[in-house]
Amino acid sequence: MRRSMMFLPGNSPRMLMNGPVLPADSLIFDLEDAVAPDQKDAARVMLAHALTSLDFGQKEIVVRINDLASPYWQADLDKVMPARPNLIMPPKVARAEDIEKLAAYLDQKEADLGITAGKTGILPLLELALGVENAFAIAQASPRVVALFLGGEDLSANLRSPRTKDGWELFYARTRLVNAARAAEIDVIDTPFTDTDDLEGLRQDAEFAKSLGFSGKSVISPRHLDIVNEVFSPSQAEIIWAQEVMAVIEEGKRLGKGAVSLHGKMVDKPIVMRAEQILENAKAMDYPL
Amino acid sequence: MYIIRQAMAGTLESSDVLVEISPADRISIDLESPVKAQFGDSILATTQEVLKAQGVEGAQVRLQDQGALDCTLRARLEACIARASEEADHA
Repeated sequence: MRRSMMFLPGNSPRMLMNGPVLPADSLIFDLEDAVAPDQKDAARVMLAHALTSLDFGQKEIVVRINDLASPYWQADLDKVMPARPNLIMPPKVARAEDIEKLAAYLDQKEADLGITAGKTGILPLLELALGVENAFAIAQASPRVVALFLGGEDLSANLRSPRTKDGWELFYARTRLVNAARAAEIDVIDTPFTDTDDLEGLRQDAEFAKSLGFSGKSVISPRHLDIVNEVFSPSQAEIIWAQEVMAVIEEGKRLGKGAVSLHGKMVDKPIVMRAEQILENAKAMDYPL
Repeated sequence: MYIIRQAMAGTLESSDVLVEISPADRISIDLESPVKAQFGDSILATTQEVLKAQGVEGAQVRLQDQGALDCTLRARLEACIARASEEADHA
């Protein structure tokens, strides 16, 4: 379940200490943009200690390493892999080969550290036009890839388009990533909404992303977590509808009916799949079913 | 591990600690902390432990604590020792 994925700077003890109490499904500890080049060494050590000392409960732990063309990314992994993060986020992924390069290094680190082979997932950050075009190949580059992640700020710069609040400059990339990720049967995470004070704008942006098919949304402010979690959680009405769908399906089977309907609408396979997804999500969130 | 140059790590922000290490013949530790009365002994013990674990036998250490947790103190000490002892470029 990845409704909300919150970025935290990897070299800020105050922010790292807040991690355990934030209501995010995933925490993304950043060693890239949030850390100045002359502080990369200290950030790695700080993050490694925080990950092994603090109790983050059931939250998914993600580390954003420096990009694979930089001189930093292998040192990042050398330092944080002993803490066994769930996912590694490589930024500026452009091609499937980038994922293969990272996966090969993770193979080696896991073997060295006695971690089950393939246990560490990859969450590619697509924030270049080339990466968006290669989204499906990137999604399929390794079984480690668990989701695609859209980075809207760098992408809009790469597209030479202004970054606007309604986000139409990202429309193609958003739909392209959703299609690629769903074709590869993995999750897909939307870019953060960067105006920390505009909570109504955040809600609209999150609802739009959900309507396109995104699994969840990244967040850069703790103030955004409740809204994003709410938007990407199934509503009570959706859960009741899903339960009704499953009930009429069972009833149809019992009576030997080939086709069943609910509230005057035929219940076919896509409807059942949708209902099953809603109930699966509700179960993952410990909703009483 | 030999301390061959003066180095710093950490910040003066809340929950952090600024560590400064300089070459010296023996270990000396100077601690400033708003919680020195309650946790000073523990901070000094952790510092001694990290220095020993890193094989540092001579260093002048100055700690400006801003309420850092134990893991933060350890991280900043380790980063500072590495900077003070290697030909590191902080990358």
